[in-house]
Amino acid sequence: MAEYTIKVRRFQPESGEGPYWEKFDVDLDPSLSVLDGLLQAKDRDDGSLAVRCSCRAAICGSCGMKINGQSGLGCKTQIGEAQELADKQASATGKGGKGNSIVIEPMGNMPVIKDLVTDMESTHWAKIRRVTPWLLPHGEPPEREYVVEPESMIDITQSMACIQCGACVSSCLSMEADHDFIGPAALAKAYRFVGDPRDAETHERLHDLADDPHGIYDCTHCFSCIDACPKGVAPMDQIMRLRRKAGEQGIEDPNSGHDHEMAFVKIIEKKGTLDESLLLQESFAPGFKGKLKPSKRAIREMLGSIPTAIRGIKTGKMRSLHKLIPGVHPKLPDQDDVKAIYAHAEEHNEEFNLYIKGEEGELAEEDVEKGIERSTDPDTPQEVKNG
Amino acid sequence: MAENIKVAYWPGCVSRGFTPELHGSMALVAQKLGWELVELDRANCCGAGVIAEHNQELADTLNARTFALAQQTGLSMMNICSTCQGAQSECQQRLDADSAYRAHINEVLSGQGLSYEKDKGGFTNKNFLWLLVEDYGLDRLREQVVRPLTGLRVGPFYGCYIVRPKERLGYGEHPDRDIYLEKVIEALGGEVVEYDGARKCCGFPVITMARETSLRQAGTHVGDAIDAGADCLVTPCPLCHLNLDMQQPEAAKVVNRDLGLAVLHLPQLVGLALGAEPRELGMGKHIASTRWVEERLTAATAA
Repeated sequence: MAEYTIKVRRFQPESGEGPYWEKFDVDLDPSLSVLDGLLQAKDRDDGSLAVRCSCRAAICGSCGMKINGQSGLGCKTQIGEAQELADKQASATGKGGKGNSIVIEPMGNMPVIKDLVTDMESTHWAKIRRVTPWLLPHGEPPEREYVVEPESMIDITQSMACIQCGACVSSCLSMEADHDFIGPAALAKAYRFVGDPRDAETHERLHDLADDPHGIYDCTHCFSCIDACPKGVAPMDQIMRLRRKAGEQGIEDPNSGHDHEMAFVKIIEKKGTLDESLLLQESFAPGFKGKLKPSKRAIREMLGSIPTAIRGIKTGKMRSLHKLIPGVHPKLPDQDDVKAIYAHAEEHNEEFNLYIKGEEGELAEEDVEKGIERSTDPDTPQEVKNG
Repeated sequence: MAENIKVAYWPGCVSRGFTPELHGSMALVAQKLGWELVELDRANCCGAGVIAEHNQELADTLNARTFALAQQTGLSMMNICSTCQGAQSECQQRLDADSAYRAHINEVLSGQGLSYEKDKGGFTNKNFLWLLVEDYGLDRLREQVVRPLTGLRVGPFYGCYIVRPKERLGYGEHPDRDIYLEKVIEALGGEVVEYDGARKCCGFPVITMARETSLRQAGTHVGDAIDAGADCLVTPCPLCHLNLDMQQPEAAKVVNRDLGLAVLHLPQLVGLALGAEPRELGMGKHIASTRWVEERLTAATAA
């Protein structure tokens, strides 16, 4: 047994007061969970402390919360580990010492109903419904179940692992700046159907998600959802796969996300290192056609970048021809080697998913049962083929 | 720990592009610390996560080429960009996970006389920040300080790619990597400013795609640091620097408030404490004026 102080952000709407902090001293084994600590405080000190929970085994997804600023599940975070993190964070800002308070807050990006109970409707469930989270097959349904090859479903097992706890939504830094962002949980759910071989509306789904200015190209690539997810879903990775698939289908988007990606890829193929001014130009007005007939957005964005460029010239940051004139940037001495890499990789386009493949020598028995094989012949790698 | 640092050095694209002051200040600081940097001038862009978004195998092969070029020197590798660190670590993790995949990637490299080998001679790729704390050591750094940053209130800004995902970035072995900036600020004699944005996103990855989302992120973090009393921010990521410094006047419009906070590259902050002049460190090239930082340091020296 050990003693801990938990500092809980409380909000009691019926009191008419704003949120406030309250500390509780709890006494439990370090291997028990933060949720256990909260339930002890509720039991011994204040029965009005509101927290949602059910299974206490990281499967029901009810007890999403922020612990020392990190979004996750209360039942999956050991209180001893939470104490170590609290002490480490205190040491970073010179406070130091042991036994610092473990800070517990309701999930972020959601309205708070009471104490640690949040309203997940507007920023989680409504967004999940937004991505049409059910199968859309075409044609007559089969007499019995749909029959698919087991291997063709492996690709979506990662997004299927979601338990709808909302921890990723709580941690999302894009949603913090843009509440309309569809968000990590809903986009991971979208991939679950985009990648499903039974679904017949893949293109329509991808078009819908790319066409929404708050869709797949509004993700700021911050990895927060990857660290927050208690089930290894890695929502950001699923968003990147949605982008890849949308790109492969040639789907254009109002954010110029696909144009930006292709501009970047082509510049490195041509130059080896990044030509920043060319990237800006090609992201908005790609190729000859883009310059012949630039879109309204292209003109607005290019004009909008002029003040920044002028400031850069003034300070000397951009005071050279190859930084100002797109395309003057020199290529690498052995750029042909880079081009050979492009030819090889564009031909194979392997996607290596560590969630599925695992590290070498760590292949679990259940994976073998699931039919996942590891190639031993270096000439025939068996990664999941992209596309 | 006591031996001298000699590394294969990947400066990245942006340090030779829109943040030239980073490349210059790194060279100066290496000289002052007695580090030998063998520049990988034939290496290619890390892809910044964007190439991996297009084609994972392409990103993996491009970075395998960079690692192979570094391994040819017989040295471990250093980068000076959180985004390079994250993008390269992601590819290295996949390459290291599977010998068959590595062999497949090495097929094309072998035609160029190159090969990436896992753990060859204890090969690592570390950001300047990690190398400074883990290999050089904070005690040695403290001994080198000739102008302590006394009274300078510094807000750390890490950049997402160097703090997440923890499992990929070696936090198992080095759990304190997300408080190294605080440790360095303290070792240099400065004061750490606590504010909300230190480990959040600067918004740069979506500056062309979702400009308002992007600039609101940058503006919010700069504003929060100002409200917490910061004299400046410090970052190991030049891409963060672009959004926090170069775009700062534009970010101010989006968050509708006055900003005006100096943002230093990590080697610049170290350089100031090692006695380098702001001009030598290219601080005049910044968009947000660094004059206040210089005045604070002059006042501290005089006092």
